[in-house]
Amino acid sequence: MSLTQLPVLQQFVLLLAALALFLSFVLLAQARLVAAIHAFAWQGVLVSAVTLVVALAGTAHHLYFSAALTLALKGLLIPWMLHRLVRRLSLSRHTETLRWPALVIMAAVLLVIFSYWLVEPMVAQDLAFTRNIVAVSLAVVLIGLLMMVFRQQAVAQVLGFMSMENGLFLAAVSATAGMPLVVELGVAFDVLVAMVLFGVFFFQIRESIDSLDVDRLNRLTEAVEITGERPG
Amino acid sequence: MIYSWLIALFQALLYVALAPLLIGWVRKVRARLQNRRGAPLLQPYADLRKLLIKEIRVPHTASPLFRLAPYIVFVATWLAAATVPLVALDLPIAQIADIIVLVGLLGLARFFLALAGMDVGTAFGGMGASREMLISALAEPAMLMAVFTLAMTAHSTSLVSVMSHHLADGFLLRPSYLFAFGALVLVALAECSRIPVDNPTTHLELTMVHEAMLLEYSGRHLALMEWASQIKLLLYGVLIANVFFPWGIGQDFGLLALGIGLVVVLLKLAVLGLALATAETTLAKMRLFRVPAFLNLALLLALLGLLSHVILEVGA
Repeated sequence: MSLTQLPVLQQFVLLLAALALFLSFVLLAQARLVAAIHAFAWQGVLVSAVTLVVALAGTAHHLYFSAALTLALKGLLIPWMLHRLVRRLSLSRHTETLRWPALVIMAAVLLVIFSYWLVEPMVAQDLAFTRNIVAVSLAVVLIGLLMMVFRQQAVAQVLGFMSMENGLFLAAVSATAGMPLVVELGVAFDVLVAMVLFGVFFFQIRESIDSLDVDRLNRLTEAVEITGERPG
Repeated sequence: MIYSWLIALFQALLYVALAPLLIGWVRKVRARLQNRRGAPLLQPYADLRKLLIKEIRVPHTASPLFRLAPYIVFVATWLAAATVPLVALDLPIAQIADIIVLVGLLGLARFFLALAGMDVGTAFGGMGASREMLISALAEPAMLMAVFTLAMTAHSTSLVSVMSHHLADGFLLRPSYLFAFGALVLVALAECSRIPVDNPTTHLELTMVHEAMLLEYSGRHLALMEWASQIKLLLYGVLIANVFFPWGIGQDFGLLALGIGLVVVLLKLAVLGLALATAETTLAKMRLFRVPAFLNLALLLALLGLLSHVILEVGA
């Protein structure tokens, strides 16, 4: 089943999924925090739109609710919370210097190829028209992971984590026409709680090392050795 | 057979004739957007005529290559343009030249342009040439990658089969075409030295890229160089318009089909010119050191187009 045989609505799902993948790359390479938060919000909106169109094109009616939940949570609430955090931490104009941006992007491209290779046996079975998206959603998850590895800024790492969740949700929608509502509500609540906890942690980290650059956490032990103090 | 070659010749002449009109249109729209009245639409023709009848002055340090380069640049760009279908689709020239030849001809023109820039030995010419080479070395892979995305869909590198494949498929929402479109637009902006990469109206030599290489030219030579860069802009415009929105192009060589094709392509180019002028009014020129990041984005878009073609469109 290739693209030419699909109805327009199902082609639209593939287009939206491809755009969500592109936004993962934007998140990965965006040095400005506020712009990265906006990219994350757009990714949330796209994932919610994918869910909505899958619901329109198929028969899974509970997906309407998931789409609304995703839009409210990942398109609006979490970006708004991150925005407020960034403003209160006075990081609105913060730009991170990325190390080897082109190489990181190429690594992300390799991850896309890897995830395609990984899910190919699954794609070979004709499940549903959404099965092509499984590779894309796996790639979104892996790129989120890559972002957490390569970014030094704590807020950017949280963005990577949240976009991983976007990828997982996309995988759930595309592989199995959505999770049961109870599971979905549970995950949504978990993400929200994680967001609140991250907010508290940001303030804690900044109070103890006066920055949100996570690499500086490594130097804590050295400082102890220099002053000669031993804990306990 | 002879008739179709005549159409091909007519189309190539049309490129030369229409190129100044497009640039005039872009300048006019830009002027209106900036609340100026602007020069008349046909001003580029008058400029070319003025330059063509003016006397040629050649610097005494110049080698024969300096005199030769404008002709090579003009002819190579013109030949490249002749391979892109403008008003009619099924041209005999498609059997000779595909997209790779198009990229190669543009590369040839650029090579001689950069050589001519360095030939006289002034600082600005050399600087412009080195910048042009920096930009093109990054733009060319992105362009080829975008072209391969199109070629993979049509299973051919010939522009005519890419377009007719697209026409036969009808309206499809292809993610790969969307990405390739983005990549080609970015590459076109860089290659035609338009605003985020290079400012074509600047008078400050230190920020010039394309203009810096033409500083020593005058008269007929300058006219040919300017004309070639106008043809290049038209070429990219037609490439983007006719590959991604091929509807309306003449499928046979009847007069009616050719007439409709001409009107439709003029409309498409008018819309593209409007978009270009709007973008140039709202965007600012980038620093030169940001240009690699800009072209990396183009390469990334083209790569994603290729990948999304394989992942999303082919299927099992």
